[in-house]
Amino acid sequence: MTIGLTHYLTVAAILFTIGVLGIFVNRKNVIVILMSIELILLAVNINLVAFSVFLHDVVGQIYAMFVLTVAAAEAAVGLAILVTFFRWRGDIAVDDASVMKG
Amino acid sequence: MVLQASAFYVLAAVTLLAGLAVIFARNPVHSVLFLITAFFSSAGLFVMLGAEFLAMILVVVYVGAVAVLFLFVVMMLDVDFAELRQGFARYLPLGIVVAMILTGEMVLVAASVAHSGAAGASTGPMTHVGAFSNAEAIGRVLYTDYLYFFQTAGMVLLVAMIGAIVLTLKHKAHARRQNVADQTARTPQSGMRIVTIKSGEGIDA
Repeated sequence: MTIGLTHYLTVAAILFTIGVLGIFVNRKNVIVILMSIELILLAVNINLVAFSVFLHDVVGQIYAMFVLTVAAAEAAVGLAILVTFFRWRGDIAVDDASVMKG
Repeated sequence: MVLQASAFYVLAAVTLLAGLAVIFARNPVHSVLFLITAFFSSAGLFVMLGAEFLAMILVVVYVGAVAVLFLFVVMMLDVDFAELRQGFARYLPLGIVVAMILTGEMVLVAASVAHSGAAGASTGPMTHVGAFSNAEAIGRVLYTDYLYFFQTAGMVLLVAMIGAIVLTLKHKAHARRQNVADQTARTPQSGMRIVTIKSGEGIDA
């Protein structure tokens, strides 16, 4: 019944995959894509914290804090781009966004 | 020990189910609420690991700021979300196959990594570093060894804030804006006039 490192890594792996699946199936809805990215980063954080705790090294938690910072910045800029895109196009269907021919 | 195990399984199950609900919910507002649930229960997982500081940061920063930001944007945009779900079923079978493969591979790697090397030699989770609590230990390392990284993280947030403002700021032609030069150039002569009004009559401004 002891909860070891494997348990946490498994939870993080499944959560990561849920995030990837969310990007797959919601290809048009950019809001849900951004939320899926947040889920992926959360899974990465669970990995970092689990390793940090089981290897008795606090640096992993500091790294997780930096990941958190970047994720917050990414969400802010992503949503700002989304609002600008909505004002310009009137919808948020990202599969039509091909002006930059990317 | 049984209590700890059952707490772990409950928190993990809630996290994963909420994660699934985020990507499968029909209404994006529900997605945001499930995202909050996922963050909250993974904060519980962090507490179980002994990382209390990160758990609190997760609740404050994510639930308090990022999720509310998502909620604002979802409610602000007037979008037909039903139309955006077209093609959902088309990509679902392939997506599930890829997801199964990814999960299987990552769990295999995780299981092998967790039982070999430094992780395999681990004596179990650490609850505190020496005499310090979790937050104190993080602070000691963060403000000495990682000071420049910490400052850089602050710059990242500043740039993101300026970027978000620049992207969404819109100058409207008819909006009344403050003109400091006009305000300070105002004199009693230009700012007011004295009108004598006859009784019973109004004035045209």
